[in-house]
Amino acid sequence: MNLPLGLPEVASAHGAELDHVTVLVHWLMLIMFIGWGLLFLYMLWRFRASRNPVASYEGLRSKASSWAEWAVIASEAILLIGFSIPLWSQRVDDFPNPAEATEVRVVGEQFAWNAHYPGPDGLFGRTDVTLVDAVSNPLGLDREDPAAADDVATINQLHLPVDKPAIVHLSTKDVIHSFMLNEFRVKQDAMPGMEIPLWFTPTVTSSEMRELRGQEDTNYEIACAQLCGIGHYRMRGFLTIHSQTDYDAWMESEQALLSEDDGGDDFWN
Amino acid sequence: MGESHAHHQEPGFWGRYWFSVDHKVIGIQYSVTALLFLFFGFSLMMLMRWQLAFPGEALPLIGSLMGDSRMPGGIMLPEFYNQLGAMHGTIMVFLGVVPLAVGGFGNFVVPLQIGAPDMAFPRLNMMSYHLYFWGGVVMLASFFVPGGAAQSGWTSYPPLSNIAGSGQTWWVVGMLFLIMSSLLGAINFIVTIVQLRAPGLDFWKLPFFVWAQFVTSFLLLLAFPALQAAGLMQLMDRLAGTSFFMPEGLVVAGEVLANTGGGSPILWQHLFWFLAHPEVYVLILPALGIVGEVVANNTRKPLWGYKLLVYSVLFVGFMSFIVWAHHMFITGMGTMMSAFFQTTTMIISIPSVVILTCLLLSLWGGSIRFNTPMLFALAFLPMFGIGGLTGLPLGLASTDIHLHDTYYVIGHFHYVVAPGTIFALFAGVYYWYPKATGRYLSERLGRLHFWPSFIFMNGIFFPMLIQGMHGVQRRLFDGGEIYAHAQEVLHLNKVMSMSAWGLAIAQIPFIINFFLSLKRGASAPDNAWQATTLEWLAPSPPPHGNFAEVPTVYHAPYEYSVPGRADDFLPQFVPGETPSEA
Repeated sequence: MNLPLGLPEVASAHGAELDHVTVLVHWLMLIMFIGWGLLFLYMLWRFRASRNPVASYEGLRSKASSWAEWAVIASEAILLIGFSIPLWSQRVDDFPNPAEATEVRVVGEQFAWNAHYPGPDGLFGRTDVTLVDAVSNPLGLDREDPAAADDVATINQLHLPVDKPAIVHLSTKDVIHSFMLNEFRVKQDAMPGMEIPLWFTPTVTSSEMRELRGQEDTNYEIACAQLCGIGHYRMRGFLTIHSQTDYDAWMESEQALLSEDDGGDDFWN
Repeated sequence: MGESHAHHQEPGFWGRYWFSVDHKVIGIQYSVTALLFLFFGFSLMMLMRWQLAFPGEALPLIGSLMGDSRMPGGIMLPEFYNQLGAMHGTIMVFLGVVPLAVGGFGNFVVPLQIGAPDMAFPRLNMMSYHLYFWGGVVMLASFFVPGGAAQSGWTSYPPLSNIAGSGQTWWVVGMLFLIMSSLLGAINFIVTIVQLRAPGLDFWKLPFFVWAQFVTSFLLLLAFPALQAAGLMQLMDRLAGTSFFMPEGLVVAGEVLANTGGGSPILWQHLFWFLAHPEVYVLILPALGIVGEVVANNTRKPLWGYKLLVYSVLFVGFMSFIVWAHHMFITGMGTMMSAFFQTTTMIISIPSVVILTCLLLSLWGGSIRFNTPMLFALAFLPMFGIGGLTGLPLGLASTDIHLHDTYYVIGHFHYVVAPGTIFALFAGVYYWYPKATGRYLSERLGRLHFWPSFIFMNGIFFPMLIQGMHGVQRRLFDGGEIYAHAQEVLHLNKVMSMSAWGLAIAQIPFIINFFLSLKRGASAPDNAWQATTLEWLAPSPPPHGNFAEVPTVYHAPYEYSVPGRADDFLPQFVPGETPSEA
């Protein structure tokens, strides 16, 4: 039942289900196109003027086409009700329990992705647009807020543990961006004035992926999918999927950096 | 021109060709202007395709002519690329395809096909063209304002468009001209079709093309006001400091924006797509109408399922008003909203399949003449088929997640509009050229135009579907060069660019044909294609007022190969009972 559509490899739990629907839809499209196409070519040959000099006033009298229409309607209804609506609901309604998930804020800006981790206390510190400094504090994080003390901020580097649901609270500082993780089948617009949650469960770590691809120096990419200005084409970040222990170790090293240089953010990771 | 002739004065050059109130002259004005804009919009894309095929490399010869603010040393700047992208879309849709399909063909053909001497409001008709023309001038002029033309996509999503340079203001003003033009035209068409039909021409005897234009006019009339309102709101946001589309607390380049806030960028998207989805059908319906005329004429038999076609077009027209938010699935939509818009989208696909099937099955039993109009009309069917089918995975929200904002979307809608609608428009040009000029276009040059165009069109747009499936995003200045997921399909950028330039070369026979045949084409009789509809009763070219006397209609529009008749066509205007009904 598979079709060589050229879909990228899947690295999330829900990705395979979405791909399954994509393949089903393309089967339907292919069958319709080939069916209609063969009939089309046959008619061009059979009813060309030199072979059929007198046209039939009545034309086709068969009712077969209405059966084909009903088959199309039925297939679309199954795809819609059986697959697409439930899968969408799963993406936007069935959020995992935050206590059992990794939570992170991602904030888009022209032309970078900021990640904001709550740290060990699990609380996101307060942010304020008036505190934003393009270089030293792009998130506008208020370090006076106790909840912000252990918060970790990175730019263009998102880290998540494997096999654990991740909840991303997506927002933007300026214009619309679109947060796209190709291998994870994640795409969500970041809308100014809103914070939109999304979730997915990574299933393949970055190092496993490198082995699969046979490439040493590659990583998952965060792409921007919505035109956001002259730097849209280079608004790229990276997503590293760690094993749980590696992720914990990474978070610990970030915490150590925080206490070392008094709240300096990890920009140049 | 003495004073004694003041009341019967022949109009001079300006009166005849520029300030004309004759629907045929206005139709030709629209057609020629729109064809020029189509070629201009296509040229913008050919420039972009250079940058996509050879990112960062200097374009020989032409590049250095573009100036340092656009292509210093012949190397394209990203801001210029974004201008080209936004203006390509705007020009092709609003200044090219729609004016040609509705302003051009609608104006020229509809009054003739309904046996009317002119449109209901000839002066309003002239004003529609002039508003369109000046809207186009404003759009073109915007390339020369400081910072260049609009660069926020043809969709002009705020806040990006709100904080963009002054070219965006020109874009909005240009759009307001074009919208006014379309609204006046739509009212004119509706009144004309309702009021000016010849005696005997009841609605069920209308040519399919007239039905298509009728429904199209309602779409324009009811959908454009939403964008008109949105355009005025964006203008206010840009010039008067309002915040219709701006929430508070936005930070651009480290500075907090000083707007009052309270607005929402999603509002723009709803208003924009409330127009822009019906607009898709404004692009398609006249094309379907043309294909219907050409297919009936060249199969020499009635259209299969004429009433079904008409009902389907009416249904599509209605449904097109309630599918718009399928363009917005990933803006953060909940299950209820997405389920509604997915369902309406699947529903609208059904009459679309019915229409295509009716046109296809019309071939059954025909005696098919493969002339150039028919070649373009036939090619329309599978090309529009690909365009329609690729809409399915985009219309289902779950599969849209991966494909949204990728090249798959661009491939999808270009299949609908380029080898789809534009091929149908070419069919119309070849089909009605003898009516407008009294001469046929050359068949040999026509074939030389058709076959390469057909191949290159697919060479441009099919690879887009492949790139999109790999996840390559649209609107990337470097064609995805830096992204790992694009590497496997990056070479297709060269294939597409070569095909685009090839497509340009393939238009040369058409351009030569178009001008050469004015003087040297084979002369055509009034009924150039042994056709049945009323426009073929009028002389070619038709004089002012069209018909020597008001025609009376006796038959359905496509009475071809009626049993018991010596010839294979029974025009609508031939008196008597239709033999099959007798």
